[in-house]
Amino acid sequence: MGVSIQVKNLNAWFGKKQALFDITMTAAANHCTALIGPSGCGKSTFVRCINRMHETIPDAKATGSVKIGEVDAYNGTSAPQLRRRVGMVFQKPNPFPTMSVYDNVAAGLKLNGFRSNAKQMDEIVERSLKNAALWDEVKDDLKKKSGASLSGGQQQRLCIARALAVEPEVVLMDEPCSALDPISTGKIEDLIFQLKQNYTILIVTHNMQQAARVAEYTGFFLLGKLIEFEKTTKIFTTPSDKRTEDYITGRFG
Amino acid sequence: MRTRFQQGLDGLREKLLRMGGLAEQAVERACQAYIDRDLNGCHQVLENETLINAAERDIDETAFDLMAMQQPMAVDLRFLLAVVKINADLERVGDQAVNIAERVMDMVELPAVELPVDIPRMATAVSAMVRRSLESFVEGKAELAQAVLEMDNVVDRMRDDAFIVLVKKMNTNPEATRQALDALLIARNLERVADHATNIAEDVIFWVRGDDVRHNAAQEAPVQPTAGTTGS
Repeated sequence: MGVSIQVKNLNAWFGKKQALFDITMTAAANHCTALIGPSGCGKSTFVRCINRMHETIPDAKATGSVKIGEVDAYNGTSAPQLRRRVGMVFQKPNPFPTMSVYDNVAAGLKLNGFRSNAKQMDEIVERSLKNAALWDEVKDDLKKKSGASLSGGQQQRLCIARALAVEPEVVLMDEPCSALDPISTGKIEDLIFQLKQNYTILIVTHNMQQAARVAEYTGFFLLGKLIEFEKTTKIFTTPSDKRTEDYITGRFG
Repeated sequence: MRTRFQQGLDGLREKLLRMGGLAEQAVERACQAYIDRDLNGCHQVLENETLINAAERDIDETAFDLMAMQQPMAVDLRFLLAVVKINADLERVGDQAVNIAERVMDMVELPAVELPVDIPRMATAVSAMVRRSLESFVEGKAELAQAVLEMDNVVDRMRDDAFIVLVKKMNTNPEATRQALDALLIARNLERVADHATNIAEDVIFWVRGDDVRHNAAQEAPVQPTAGTTGS
């Protein structure tokens, strides 16, 4: 089951440049929360602080508190341990090109040190591909077909299956559909809807219609600050802050 | 800035104002025809109805295109929704003007009688409501729209008073029944125009503030106290 993501007073820097300013918000368990805002506003940095990818950049640092359920992401948890709880899907599908579809999904487990027999692995791969709504399209050629031979939309769902294989509690998605056509985008959005039953989803998107379609809650970032965090229907119909309204109505950004 | 979208919204606003002008003019002409017992004026109202109907279709089509092509959000979405609803109300105002003109045409064929009802005064109040509701739309000012809502009760009372005195007239002076009935229906038509002006004002408030004030919504669905709050 999904757990909540509780962020308190999060600040982040790239060297001396501060990228996030005192962000406090909670993404509800088993819901989808969307983050919107113009390029460079800090939404991707925010997401990368949640799974501690931010700190992998030289000179980057973050302060504040991030909790995944009851687990403190920055105290008493190693980054690899954390990333078993927090899966991530990126803008560009990034399957391992030389691996089969099967191995791509299994790689997620192996990289996390998961040891299992072949039968267990088969079950996990099948379940993950089914959860990512890709099973029916690849089941006949699972171990022969390479991940790179799939269409862009299928590759993205393969990456989602790889993230789900380790059974995370939270799935972070950083513009997962920006490289996809409308049909593939529709499939990913349907998938997000199903995934909410078992996972907490945090999605960064430039597509405001997408945020409106998939997320129950939406946060608007601007210049590293969380300007407004509200129910999605409120944000897109009657936002409280003028800056939010100006952005979503296309008056700037 | 989405320039083309803004231009589309500005164009739509102008179209709606032109239609508002037509509807307002239709009511005023019909009422003037009542005062002057003027058949020509009545015919003008009937002929102009086709212009109002055409304007309604054009505005709906433009709004629909903007919604489909520009996918508006927040204040723009509320604006388009308000325009579509105001458009329908203005078309109904035009219909009420036609109804009034038809009653006047009937009255002109009958002998003129003294009726104990001040239709011109009621028409002035109703026209003011329509004009102010359109002004609130032009200015985008919820306070102006709020003032229109408060005027509706005055017109309702005028309609009620007209009903009482005209029924009395029918009882005491049966040969004037048809004329009194026509005047009663005109009073009712004017009251309906006032209702449409009220609807327009409510839509302006929704557009500007995002508040739904229809049917005394605030009184009907009071906000439930949440846990942790204390009464005073």
